[in-house]
Amino acid sequence: MKKNLIILFLLIIFPFKAFALIEVDITRGNLNPLPLAVSPLSIDDKSKTSFKKILKKENIGSEISIIVENNLRTSGLFNPLSKDAFLQAPDIANLKPRFEDWNLIKAQALITGKVTYVNEKLRVEFRLWDILAAKEMMALAFTTVPSNWRRVGHIISDKVYERLTGEKGYFDTRIIYVAEEGPKTQRKKRLAIMDQDGANNKFLTLGNELVLTPRFNPASQMVTYLSYFKNLPRVYLLDIETGTQEVVGDFPGMTFAPRFSPDGKKIIMSFAKDGKSDIYTMDLENRLVEKITNHPSIDTSPSYSPNGKYIAFNSDRSGYQQIYIMKSDGSDVRRISFGNGIYGTPVWSPRGDLIAFTKLHKGNFYIGVMRTDGKGERLLTENYYQEAPSWSPNGRVLIFYRETKTNAKGEGFSAKLWSIDLTGYNERLVETQTDASDPSWSSLLSN
Amino acid sequence: MNRSLIISSFLHGALILITAMSLPFLAKKPLDIPPIVSVELIQIAEKTNIPFAPKAKKIIEKKKKKKLKEKEKKLVSEQAPPKKVKKTKTKTVVSLDEKKEKIDNQTAEAIPLPDKNVKKIETKKENKQNPDKLDKEVKQVSEFEKKEFVDLDNIAKLIDKAKEDTAEIIKKNNNITQDQDKNIVTSGLTLSEEDALKAQIFGCWSIPLGLPYNEDLLVRIKLMLEPDGSVVKTEILDHARMNKPGQGFFKVLAESALRAVKLCQPLRVPTSGYERWKELQLNFDAREMLEG
Repeated sequence: MKKNLIILFLLIIFPFKAFALIEVDITRGNLNPLPLAVSPLSIDDKSKTSFKKILKKENIGSEISIIVENNLRTSGLFNPLSKDAFLQAPDIANLKPRFEDWNLIKAQALITGKVTYVNEKLRVEFRLWDILAAKEMMALAFTTVPSNWRRVGHIISDKVYERLTGEKGYFDTRIIYVAEEGPKTQRKKRLAIMDQDGANNKFLTLGNELVLTPRFNPASQMVTYLSYFKNLPRVYLLDIETGTQEVVGDFPGMTFAPRFSPDGKKIIMSFAKDGKSDIYTMDLENRLVEKITNHPSIDTSPSYSPNGKYIAFNSDRSGYQQIYIMKSDGSDVRRISFGNGIYGTPVWSPRGDLIAFTKLHKGNFYIGVMRTDGKGERLLTENYYQEAPSWSPNGRVLIFYRETKTNAKGEGFSAKLWSIDLTGYNERLVETQTDASDPSWSSLLSN
Repeated sequence: MNRSLIISSFLHGALILITAMSLPFLAKKPLDIPPIVSVELIQIAEKTNIPFAPKAKKIIEKKKKKKLKEKEKKLVSEQAPPKKVKKTKTKTVVSLDEKKEKIDNQTAEAIPLPDKNVKKIETKKENKQNPDKLDKEVKQVSEFEKKEFVDLDNIAKLIDKAKEDTAEIIKKNNNITQDQDKNIVTSGLTLSEEDALKAQIFGCWSIPLGLPYNEDLLVRIKLMLEPDGSVVKTEILDHARMNKPGQGFFKVLAESALRAVKLCQPLRVPTSGYERWKELQLNFDAREMLEG
């Protein structure tokens, strides 16, 4: 028995010693933007002439590659290299890149492609190459009407982003916002929509009535917003694809911040009545209204979790405004924000892991995120006045609006859209034709 | 009365004695030096054990200044290592010289072996380990120089004797003491060697930021290396995960790790002990970075 034990012991110990492989744990890396090269998409002369007639663009291949390049750069995760450094012509690179040449300029990935005019349609094929591994990572082709060329650029960006980062992109999306014009006391507010990069801006309302808080349906291209009609707030539904608009209902008292449920079948909002405000849902199919909270405090800004099981909202039930979460039936209410200051406008991330919020502390406004249990609060940006964060569909970037301080004469006021990613370092101004507020990010147009 | 007093005194005395004997012993326990300290010391010694004689070095330098260039050349040729030396330390020194550029590139994170030290090591070794050859040299130079050289050898020998002895003993034991053994089984590299390698790869690994940090973000890559640190072959150990549904992120992670390895090569590997690290496993774990 003793001998057996010793043999067993030796058998266990010795092989391990003999074949022990040296292991090194790599737990850190760099978060620097990945250097990549976006080669202009090659195009033959015949197609070039055709597209020039239709789209008034000299070289549609280059234009698409510029869109891809800009998208990837604004994400903050990629560093597109200057085209001046490229050693290989686009048409040859698309066939078979000389990896040594691209390695020489320190590119780790390469995007090549080809544009052709086929049956009055735009056909784009593109390839993503891993320069260091000297292999193709992805190859796709799209055919669409020529006027859709910008979207092709966005779709390519999304595919590249997804392949290299492991999460879906957010470039083939739109942003709806309130376009503002005129002096601060007499603002003309219109509903407007644009691509996420600011192109294709369109005004959806005329500006005769005040519009507020437009919110995209996460499941479709439907929008809900508030508009004042005869000084009474109304909740509207607007289908972006068809342009049809309908009134969801007139509600007693003040109504705030309607927002869709994740499946798009309900709207959740708050009504103010008798000095208190509660949260209600309305089923869009049968228009039945259900009261979710019943508390003598002011409960507003409800936002569903992506699985629809929980609701985040803000309430002053503890004495001053804080963020709470509850089950979707209104039970199990828990406060999650405990930091200094006032918290508001909680918005649940589409990934489900974080809640974005606006915080007011010592006269400054912050946009921040916290985990759904309230821990890990991170303030991403601070300013004089900013609020209304809205998530990109991949839960990586937040868009919000920021107002500037007026001077003593009441001049200098402006409201602009800004975006910031979760690192807090990549803050960018989103260009709009007019002043802008209350942005809402759509889901991906193509999936 | 007296009896009780005696018994009481005796017992008290015994108690004091026991306390005096046992308490310091107990108190000493927590002061035991953790094994990791001794491990590190030994590993560094392994690298720096090559005979080192600062005084001899100084004298040699003085001597060199006086000497003519021709004589210097002779010295260098004379100092060629004998066969015995090749087996052990000379080998290391030669490789260090050959890879001078690499050592330079390693900066502070690499095992500290500045050029000066390398030179020192060379001269010392030669002096110690080639007494016969030195005698021949001495014949070729003047009497004065002869004496000095003989002295130099002796000094070098005397100074380095102890170190050489210990180094030889270590080599006889396959370079492994109990503490070293522990370290080699777990990490295989000295702390400084491991740090140098890690630091290099940290700089090359661009972590894909979109990875779901609540998932298992560990990818293990087995490398086969050349003695100069270039990568001959890479193998993803959990390759099956690449194609599993819901594990799409693993492919992205694995590719990023492979890119890091390729970008970094030749890797900063130790200058000796190739057999030990010719196969190496890198465990890339992005979780810490993405959670933070």
